[in-house]
Order: sequence, then C-alpha cells, then structure tokens
Amino acid sequence: MIKTAQDIAGEPAAPGRRHQTYLLNMGPAHPAMHGIIRLILEIEGEKIVNTETEIGYLHRAFEKHAEVEPWNNVVPWTDRLNYVSPLINNVGYAMAVEKLCGITVPERGQYIRVIASEISRITDHLTCVGASAMELGAFTVFLYLIKSREYLYQLIDHLTGARITTSYTRIGGVKGDLPPDFKAKCLEIFKKIRKDISDSDKLLTKNRIFVDRMEGTGIISKEDALAYAITGPFLRSTGVPYDVRKAHPYLIYDRLNFEIPVGTKGDNFDRYLARLAEIEQSMRIVEQCLEQMPEGKHSLEPSEMEEAYVFQDQGKHGDTALLYKYRAKVDQTLEGMGRDADGTARTRDRGHVLPPKEETYGNIEGLMDHFQMVMWSWGVKVPAGETYFAVEGGNGELGFHIVSSGSDRAYRIRCRPPCLYIMAALPKLLNGGWVADIVPTFGSVNMIGGELDR
Amino acid sequence: MIAPEVRRVEPQKVFETLKALKDAGYNVLVDMTAVDYSAWPEPGSSDPYDKTYRMTGETKELRKPRPIPAAARFDVVYQVMKLDPETGADKGRVELHTAVGEEPVLRSAMSLWPIADWLEREVWDMFGVRFTDRPDIKRLLLYEQFQGHPLRKDYPISKRQPLIGPASGEPAGNPSFNHSEPTVKYD
Amino acid sequence: MPVDEAAPAGAVTTQLDAALGWARKYSIFQYPFVTACCGMEFMSTAASHYDLDRFGAAFPRFSPRQADVLMVVGTISHKMAPVLRRIYDQMAAPKWVVAFGVCTCTGGFYNNYATVQGIDTIVPVDLYIPGCPPRPEMVLDGLVKLQAKIQKQRSGIGS
Repeated sequence: MIKTAQDIAGEPAAPGRRHQTYLLNMGPAHPAMHGIIRLILEIEGEKIVNTETEIGYLHRAFEKHAEVEPWNNVVPWTDRLNYVSPLINNVGYAMAVEKLCGITVPERGQYIRVIASEISRITDHLTCVGASAMELGAFTVFLYLIKSREYLYQLIDHLTGARITTSYTRIGGVKGDLPPDFKAKCLEIFKKIRKDISDSDKLLTKNRIFVDRMEGTGIISKEDALAYAITGPFLRSTGVPYDVRKAHPYLIYDRLNFEIPVGTKGDNFDRYLARLAEIEQSMRIVEQCLEQMPEGKHSLEPSEMEEAYVFQDQGKHGDTALLYKYRAKVDQTLEGMGRDADGTARTRDRGHVLPPKEETYGNIEGLMDHFQMVMWSWGVKVPAGETYFAVEGGNGELGFHIVSSGSDRAYRIRCRPPCLYIMAALPKLLNGGWVADIVPTFGSVNMIGGELDR
Repeated sequence: MIAPEVRRVEPQKVFETLKALKDAGYNVLVDMTAVDYSAWPEPGSSDPYDKTYRMTGETKELRKPRPIPAAARFDVVYQVMKLDPETGADKGRVELHTAVGEEPVLRSAMSLWPIADWLEREVWDMFGVRFTDRPDIKRLLLYEQFQGHPLRKDYPISKRQPLIGPASGEPAGNPSFNHSEPTVKYD
Repeated sequence: MPVDEAAPAGAVTTQLDAALGWARKYSIFQYPFVTACCGMEFMSTAASHYDLDRFGAAFPRFSPRQADVLMVVGTISHKMAPVLRRIYDQMAAPKWVVAFGVCTCTGGFYNNYATVQGIDTIVPVDLYIPGCPPRPEMVLDGLVKLQAKIQKQRSGIGS
C-alpha cells in the first residue's frame, strides 16, 4: 500500500504539489544482497518510507530432507545451513540429538567440538566484516580478511578434510581426532590473523568515511530487538549481554575464560566493533582449549603401527590375539578414526558410533558393529521424544527442535535460524533512513541465505 | 541446560495463555513451529525400519504412543523466554503445545510479538495452519503459485512444481528452456 | 577439405576469429550470480590467494548488460529460476554460462520440491564445474577450459 510522505512526515505538501513515493525493487540478484533476497522499497527522493522483504529464494527443503535421511546422514545438510560457520551447525545438531539419546561425548571430544565451533565463528565474522567493508568501498580490507579466512580454511581442511562443507561431527563425537601438528599450526595461524585484524582495524575504525557511514545508521532499540527475538551480536550491540555460551553453557564453555563484547547504541558501528572483538575472544577460547585439552593417544612408536591390510588378513584368519596392541596405519582420510579417538574424541557406545578402524578390520564383532551402524534402517536409533537445544551461532541463538519417533531417522527437525528474526526486523532498521544506508545496514545483518530460507 | 517448562493447552486458550505469559515477563518469542503427527508409528507397529536388535540380542521398545489425541493432526509449538535486558540472563522458558485438527485455525500472536508475523507465515507455508486476527497470510519461503504444504507428511519430497522449464506446463517451443517434454511427469 | 577453407578469404577470417577469441578470453567480465555456499569458494577464488585477476577475469560486472560470462554460483530454486532466465536473456551476445557447483550442474543432493535439477534445463551451459563446493584449483582449471572454448569460437564475421 502506498503511503504518502504526509503520513510519515506530517507536513502537508506545498499548494499545487503533492508527495508521491516511488517503488524500487532491490534484488533478488543484487551484489550487495549477500545471496538472494528481495527488498521492495518505497522511497521518497532518497528517504525510505517503507520496506518489504521477500525471502525464500534459497529454500532448499532442509527440514523435509531431515525427515528422509537417517540421523547421521543429516549432518551434511546442516553444513549448508549457515555455510560460513558450518561447524557450529554440525555441533548444534549433534548435541540436540545427543540430548535426546542421553549420551555425552567424552572430554577430549568436547574440547575438539569447541575448537571447531570457535574457528567457524572466526570465519563467519571475517566474512561478514570483509564483505560489508567491500561494499562500502574498502576493498583492501576485504582482501586482508579473506586472506586470513584462507589460512583458517586450510586449517579446517587439515582437520576435517574439506574447506567449507565439513560434515565433521557425528552423533556421539567427531569424525576423527585432531591431527598431531594441529596445535602448532593453529597458533601460528592465529599470529597471522591477529596481524591482519590489526591492519584492518587501523584502516577502518578511525576512518572518517567508514565511521560516518556506519555510526548512527541502522539503529535498533533494546525493546525492539527483544520484541523481534533477535539474538547474537545484533542484540549484544544494543546493550543486552545475552550469549547462549554464558547463559546456558554447553560443552566445556563453563571452564573457559572469555568475555562477551556488548555495545551501547545498537548501530552498525557497534556491530562491527562487536564482531571484531568476538574474533579475538574466539581465538582466546581456542588457545585455552589447546592448553587444557586432555591428551589423546597420539604418541606412537613406528613399531606399534601395522598396515590396515595386515589387520584384515590376520583378522580373516582369526589371528587376532596380538592385534589389540597395534594401531592400524590407514589412509589419510580415515586418520584419527582409530583406537586413539575411541573413548576420547567419540563415545564408546557401539549403538551410536562406528567402531575404531582396528576393530572393523581386525575382528568379526567390529565388522558387524560397523555394518549395523551403516546399513539402511539400522544405525543410530534415537528413542521417541521431543527436545530443543540451542548453541551460539555466528548470528545468534541457533536452535534445533527435534521430534523423534524411535526409528532410524528423525520425525521432524526444526532449525531456529537466527537471521530470520533480524530480517523480519529489517523494516524497523531501514524505514526513515536513506537509501545509501541500506548497504552498511544489510552488511551488518549478516544474512546467510542457507540459514534464512533453509 | 535449556530445559523449558512444557505446557499443553486447548487451541482456543492459546492466545490468552500467551498473553498471560507475556504479562508475566516472558518478553521474547524464541520460536514457533508445528509438527505433523499423521505418520506417527505406534509402538509395536511393524515397519521395515524398525530394527532394534543389537549384538547383545536385546530389543528395546524405542517407540512411544502418539503425544497428541488421534483427532488432532498438527501440534503447534510456541517457545517463550524471559530475558533480563540488564544482565542478559535467561530467567526461564516455557514451551507451549497445542493440538489442532485437520482444519486448523489459531488466533495470531502478532499483537503480542511482532515477530509472530513471519513465524506464522512460515507455519502456514509449510503446514497449512491458518491464523486469524492478522493481515492476509501469504507464503514466506515458497512462491505464491506453489500448491500444497510441503512439510505435511503426505507431500512427497521430490514432487516439483516448476515455474519455468520442463514440466512447468509451458509449451515445448518456449525459449525459456532447452529440453523437450521430460519423460517423467510430475503430478 | 572444403574449398572455401583453402581460399584466401578463409585464411583472413580464421585469423580474425583467433584474434577476437584471444581478446575475449583474456578479458572476461563475469556476472557472479551468487546464491549459496559456493559463493564462499567464489570469494576465495577471486581473492588474493587463488587470484582470478591473473586470468583476466577479475572484475565482476553486476549488470547483465555489461557482462559476458554468467557464473551461476550456488543452488537455484524454482522461485529463483525465472529471475535467472531473465538475467540470461538480458545479456548481450557473445555470452557464456558457467554452472559453478554441483547444485547448478544437476541439483546436487537437493532432490526436492524446491530445487532446479540442473540449470541446463533453463539456460544453455558452456562449462560445468562440479563440486560441493569445488576447490578453487578446480574453478581455475574450469576457467582455463572456458578460455580454450572461447578461443575456438567462430565469431561469425565473413561467413
């Protein structure tokens, strides 16, 4: 419905003239609309009178697929929800299912999950700040931050096998233990990232143009943010220090020492500062985790390793007596899934987790356990029930509401996407502002299409 | 640990309960969703996917009876939270369940929390649960020409309704697609 | 061998084609139609580590009227398909389409009610880069193959 500016401004038009608004369509294919979204703007000159958002251009039926795929198979679909921080989605989903099953991951596995989540959070914030800086014209900052993100992608590649869509967690643990040189690589990369962040900070934070565009634009009040159920850096920039990691500590966050950056004004500049500060806090968390982690069973003499085919051959012949003391040397994609991870990075519960490779190759019970986990209609069985679990995603509270009917697949999985709530509040952020303010505001919303439309 | 207090009310009483909760300080509508219980497997039902036998030979009944009465098809779930704006502490959550039937109609919570607008649109889009006392409801995630409500259990996952391209009903010579009629017709 | 291929006129046009192909392949103006996760790998490919600029394909042109390669990056849903078709129609010849990521090649693992099972059902595709998402090295390999294809294209002048 077309509102005339008189409704908003309250001042009548000059005699003989009338105000009329103009309908402008931004999107769905638009460079500053990170992904695809459609904004229907009613503008009067350069001032925005009304905004309407149309979403759903990336609806990929995650919730329907989750009803068709077995429990562990849903993990690749969860990767593609918030695809800039995929490990956080993996962890959130796995923890929700484990809550329903009643199993707890052993300590080392929990530390690994925290490390993975925080590294993902760093990539999320780097992408958000980099992309929004690029849209304001700061191309150098984009290149610096994407370079930092590239180091992290290589680290994640080393850890999980893939750069972006990692599918790292499983019900009951993670896919494999940390590689032996992970700690050294991680600390070295953090030095480089800190340098890049400090360079970007020097370029942007006191930059006249950047500050003028970001400060005072896209303001939202505390009450409005709570009325729209907004969480995450968006809510924290308005002054409410709500973080799921502190309010409902999960995994081992209660043992870690970290702060939550809280803003005051609720404008774009506060959100930018909050995200930069959160990157630093995430790096602190990972460093503490690497210190505190219980040791894995990594230190091995070469004489204690046998090739995997030795296990298979001896196992087939029934010569399994001495195999218990050896570890299998497997292909690099299966590294970390052996006896070192059993009971440390994954639970020992054979009803939910694959057996270690030495068991699978070495004796018939292990092979049968493996088959019972991977055969269609066998696998993880979650008792019937309903539960809700939330983790702190890059944009806020990422919740999974899971209904199980007791079979090998979910009955219903609902993902609570944090950026849906922010996008619903977009009219509040944009109305009354200028057209030029759409770009910094939308950049700081960090809308991720995969999460918004699922 | 997030442990919301679970309550169940009649569909007619949902709005009053939500209003009472809002007045009691539950200021954030965290989530709203629905579940379609029409394909719920009862305990003891035989089903090719029902194997609980493990190495130890024990079978365990993992199934439970249907949580909502047989007449109702959908269970609409609201989750509200009491968030203290000063300290950021979560002072409690309530999960409100209500069972609605085949022709489901509920009163909209838009007047209490503005976010309920989009959440209700999504529930309408995916399940077909109607809400009154609100401006015209329209789809959120799918296009207007889409027929049916995909998250219902009777909607097959690969039933496509393309707007352009093969199987969209456009004439085969139309330049908007490259192939001729596909061999598989989607109904 | 056909007579006109040996004629002097053919020799000139093939040289012209080669020159035009050379010019077009080293000055690609891409329209990155980014929708989903593959966009992250596109960003990585375009950034400093796996530089796209070395191939002459650095500058994205966010208007279809000014672009020549439409890189469809990420899943296309049925809601988005008419928009993609319209963008393709608005581009001026010569134009090429790159299907980046397996969702655009065949639909990926999204065999559901909302996803187009391959954009080649609605636009003609010149290069398929599978992967979920494809590694930047694969994208660069694909780009080189696209450049070879552009080089071989007949320009239609003098025929």
